[in-house]
Amino acid sequence: MSGIPHDHYEPKSNSEKWLHSRLPIIELLYNTLMIPTPKNLNWMWIWGIVLAFALVLQIVTGVILAMHYVPNADLAFASIEQIMRNVNSGWAIRYIHMNGASLFFVAVYAHIFRGLYYGSYKAPREVTWIIGILIYLMMMATAFMGYVLPWGQMSFWGATVITGLFGAIPLVGDAIQTWLLGGPSVDNATLNRFLSLHFLLPFVIAGLVIVHIWAFHTTGNGNPAGVEVRRTSRKEADADTLPFWPYFVIKDLFALAVVLVAFFAVVGFMPNFLGHPDNYIEANPLITPAEIVPEWYFLPFYAILRAFDGEVWVVIWASWLTGGIVDAKLFGVLAMFGSIVVLALVPWLDTSSVRSGRYRPSFKWWFWLLGFDFMVLMWSGARPIEGIYPYIALVATSYWFAYFLIILPLLGIFEKPLPTPATIEEDFNAHYGKPGADGQAAASPAE
Amino acid sequence: MSHTEDDPSTRRDFLYYATGGVGAVVTGAAVWPLVNQMNPSADVVAASKLRVEVDGIELGTQLTVLFLGKPVFIRRRTQIEIEDSEAVALEELVDTDAQNPNLPDGAEATNLNRTMPNFAGENTGEWLVMIGVCTHLGCIPLNEAGDYTVDGVGGWFCPCHGSHYDTAGRIRRGPAPENLWIPVAQFVDESTIVLG
Repeated sequence: MSGIPHDHYEPKSNSEKWLHSRLPIIELLYNTLMIPTPKNLNWMWIWGIVLAFALVLQIVTGVILAMHYVPNADLAFASIEQIMRNVNSGWAIRYIHMNGASLFFVAVYAHIFRGLYYGSYKAPREVTWIIGILIYLMMMATAFMGYVLPWGQMSFWGATVITGLFGAIPLVGDAIQTWLLGGPSVDNATLNRFLSLHFLLPFVIAGLVIVHIWAFHTTGNGNPAGVEVRRTSRKEADADTLPFWPYFVIKDLFALAVVLVAFFAVVGFMPNFLGHPDNYIEANPLITPAEIVPEWYFLPFYAILRAFDGEVWVVIWASWLTGGIVDAKLFGVLAMFGSIVVLALVPWLDTSSVRSGRYRPSFKWWFWLLGFDFMVLMWSGARPIEGIYPYIALVATSYWFAYFLIILPLLGIFEKPLPTPATIEEDFNAHYGKPGADGQAAASPAE
Repeated sequence: MSHTEDDPSTRRDFLYYATGGVGAVVTGAAVWPLVNQMNPSADVVAASKLRVEVDGIELGTQLTVLFLGKPVFIRRRTQIEIEDSEAVALEELVDTDAQNPNLPDGAEATNLNRTMPNFAGENTGEWLVMIGVCTHLGCIPLNEAGDYTVDGVGGWFCPCHGSHYDTAGRIRRGPAPENLWIPVAQFVDESTIVLG
């Protein structure tokens, strides 16, 4: 698949030959599982497996929950309590599903920031990156609609605020909002369609995951050194890579086990720590909670949404330029979606020819500042809009956009990168010792 | 196969475009019901009028009723609130539109353009009826709260993103772009308001 020289599948038994001439599925699985993988991958390359696991976990627990859940505005809240109290192991399955969403987002943020640091998005992996961002958008839609289903106060008001974003679209906003909700406000019709879509989207994600894997199996994996696997000869390819099975599968499963220890500690001992207590109050359209706070994984973008009011100069300027069509509300919505659009466009915004951040001395600092900025946005998204908080959110939002739109394009021009290793083999030997040098670090591929 | 360049409009071309055109129309006709089913159903559309008895509302208090899934504030304002909102000049407002569908389009957001006349047709500024939904992102503003409360009465504050509304429900500060909307409403007798 990857164009890297490697062993090919040969059907041996008669039954394998019979199947192979009709459907070469074993060959497909063999090539997928045995793909030559750069041998210098570090521990940040384990999140893909964690994500795949989280998707399966959510689908399995979700299908089970759907057997007991009732999508009706009068019964939904009670059916959740029914699951928690009466359904056999219902409490465990629901807590796993609830916190599974958090596991999913922890992993996806680690995966995305890994990509940002090591330049995983750069040519020829732009399509892999774009598909990844699409998966991330689908994840957010799925998580948002899933959070509405328990029909608690945060469910209801979160749905009201987020669907209200569509009302900000000029001219057709109200019609779109009514169409999405199926009525003048969030109600039974909304709940029903959200369940339907919440059930559907994970399977769309699964399809996109296959395309995501297909794309990077075509280009080959990236790696921390940012240099490509040599494809000129079998010998050189073997010096740079190891087959995915068993080497990386075992490594990834070990990492998954460690991650799951933390996950099940949360599920077992503090299952509601990441949720909001108001969601155990049944939805009431007449009372808005004192503060509407989304789930933690939405907070950075929620902070960007709220960062702009009519007194910020870019808002005044945009409003003047568009004859008043873009007001503070629409500007906030555009900024929120824009913050993900710049993420999707990063393959074309980063002008540096060096892929890995490891060899980019100034990039490193800006990158870590972006990581810090993401945390600041997450923190300020959960603060009330008063006092100093809106200013902090505004500064953090500005840096988010500045990183993608100003710093990355300019760094490629002004930065003097460090020398990069010529090959993956060289990088591997520099980090883990030459094979056979001390008899311990010999990591030769299985013949 | 004869591919004639000098005769661009053959019978085959006609059939090609005709089939394509019919195909597009049929596809559109088939997809439209699948899209339109998400619009409000007949029972939701039918519940669009509501009678409210208002004789129990004391001066300086507010009744909140649920209408079309949204709260409607029916407030009987005190003289303090009326005078306070009367004193605000139009230049001080963020949104100068009355947002009142009971008046002609483009009515200015003056005090009395926000309130509704009683059964006798006198608009004393006493009855302020508004949809209790923040025009920012749809939360419900709290009454007797925010920077525009006068002596502890009137004024609204949206707890979600900090929009402040004055004693006539007009946006004064914060991210909301418009004054609180006023529903279609009128007195049908001395003590009954019909919404919608």
